[in-house]
Amino acid sequence: MSLAEGTAPGRMDRGAAGGDDAEMARFDEIMAADGRIEPTDWMPDAYRRALVRQISQHAHSEIIGMQPEGNWIGRAPSLKRKAILMAKVQDEAGHGLYLYSAAQTLGTDRDTMFEQLITGKARYSSIFNYFTPTWADMGSIGWLVDGAAICNQVPLCRASYGPYGRAMVRICKEESFHQRQGFEILLALMRGTDAQREMAQESVNRWYGPALMMFGPPDADSPNSQQSMAWNIKRFSNDELRQRFVDMLVPQAEVLGITLPDPAIAWNEERQSYDLGDLDWTEFHEVLAGRGQANAERIERRREAHEGGEWVREAARAYARKQAEAADAAEAQVA
Amino acid sequence: MSQKITMGAALTPEKIAEQLADGGAVAPASVAEYALRLGDDALILSQRLGWWIARAPEIEEDIALGNIALDLIGHARSFLTYAGSAWGKSEDDLAYFRDEPDWRCAQIFELANGDFAHTIVRQFAVSFFQFELYSRLVDSSDPVLAAIAAKAVKEVDYHRDHSAQWMLRLGQGTEESRRRVQVALTDVWPYVDELFRDDGLIDDVLIDDLDGVAVRPTTLREPFDELVGRVLGQADLEVPTGAVARGGGRDGVHTGGFGVLLAEMQVLARQYPGATW
Ligand SMILES: [Fe+2]
Ligand SMILES: [Fe+2]
Repeated sequence: MSLAEGTAPGRMDRGAAGGDDAEMARFDEIMAADGRIEPTDWMPDAYRRALVRQISQHAHSEIIGMQPEGNWIGRAPSLKRKAILMAKVQDEAGHGLYLYSAAQTLGTDRDTMFEQLITGKARYSSIFNYFTPTWADMGSIGWLVDGAAICNQVPLCRASYGPYGRAMVRICKEESFHQRQGFEILLALMRGTDAQREMAQESVNRWYGPALMMFGPPDADSPNSQQSMAWNIKRFSNDELRQRFVDMLVPQAEVLGITLPDPAIAWNEERQSYDLGDLDWTEFHEVLAGRGQANAERIERRREAHEGGEWVREAARAYARKQAEAADAAEAQVA
Repeated sequence: MSQKITMGAALTPEKIAEQLADGGAVAPASVAEYALRLGDDALILSQRLGWWIARAPEIEEDIALGNIALDLIGHARSFLTYAGSAWGKSEDDLAYFRDEPDWRCAQIFELANGDFAHTIVRQFAVSFFQFELYSRLVDSSDPVLAAIAAKAVKEVDYHRDHSAQWMLRLGQGTEESRRRVQVALTDVWPYVDELFRDDGLIDDVLIDDLDGVAVRPTTLREPFDELVGRVLGQADLEVPTGAVARGGGRDGVHTGGFGVLLAEMQVLARQYPGATW
């Protein structure tokens, strides 16, 4: 998802990584053979930079993505839903951690990445800049947002960079639970009272467009994706993924009894796929430019937690240091 | 009491509900009152801890506090489901449709999160208390309570470890962390006493009428003081003495922030009475 919003990997140069012709040739060979690059392998600078950007953006998205749903943990309407929601938000924190670790294997430490996040310099998926005013939004986020994330992420399980691909395998398993849980929330609402059904439909109306935009701009407007595809850190084009997603959604919406808010959706016999209408890309660019509903709130909240917790992290570091010194001293005595 | 409920088989609230329905058996009224206390303790603390998810000092702590909150809501659901069987109520009826005076949690569970030090001190006291309690409740003559406790005690053991580790880090970390954790001890410790009080329910009903169903809270104080004192000593922190809060949580008397906590927790369920989710 983060990748789709346009990372610019830049020109394929060897950069400061140096590398002789043989190394470059070997890298190209691995790419051509769809093989895997591991942290100790030589890689061109631009590839490393593109990966750090993509993986850290993805990590930030997981971390910021905890907030819109965290908003309802305190108010979940049944204890079972509360437990499921807590577990889900906690899963997202775990995803963030796996991904920061993967990015760290490329030589960028977590503090640096976190600093970029809380100073507003790093990107994260724009979808998390929408508010969650109703409980049904917990259903829509699971069904549509986690659903779109799965379509984006399943191909990344085969990403050319080993630690990234492996992190994605673990993450995708959990995302598919999240999607099913979101679907179940909506299903319970649709089987409930009129007011509950209205709540579900209204929520899907708000989330459908933004969820489809998670795949990024139309291919014609997304020149940067080409390099990522050549490097096998992106496998399908934005439009291909979006199409797949809609093809998956339509039958599920029928089961739910929910209407997808696009009157142009129609089965295309020839393409064996659903046609869909245009999306409001002005809105997309507004949010991307920082003028979404919650951009400021999301960053502020993370910064507050981070800065407010500084004394705690400092205490943990000081304690660890003292423990290590004590252990050293004990060892010195023995020796 | 259905004999089919055995340790390990009655762990989830769904299982408990199913088996109670199967056997047509319900919790005796006094046992239900007791289960309600334990359920309320766990649920209210879980509600408090859930706030930290996405607000903790580091992501690892978002996860750790979230884990504790999840364990606690699991225990709460089991206790409340069992308690509710006595009155024909579900866990959600009890969680969402009771008013402040009907809640039976001890006050320490509902205390505001405060800063991280307050949250840790509260957790430290509570998890050492719950560990002592559950490790005896596994021998309860009530098989459902025993089964719930058997699962809970293992999880609470981890909560003990987590909070004790933090007590050491904060106590021996920096000047600032030491100051904060000592303040938190001063603020939270007055509420510890209530955990160890026997009352009418324990004395007259559970211990005498139903021999060995409940654990007498006063008997837990000594082992608690011993273990907690050891950690505080290691952390080089002073054991607070003197101030004791009046308490009353078991009788439905709650602290200032409790009404707001309930308002948040119950708002949606009460907006749509009769709805299923
Ligand atoms: Fe995730
Ligand atoms: Fe997810």
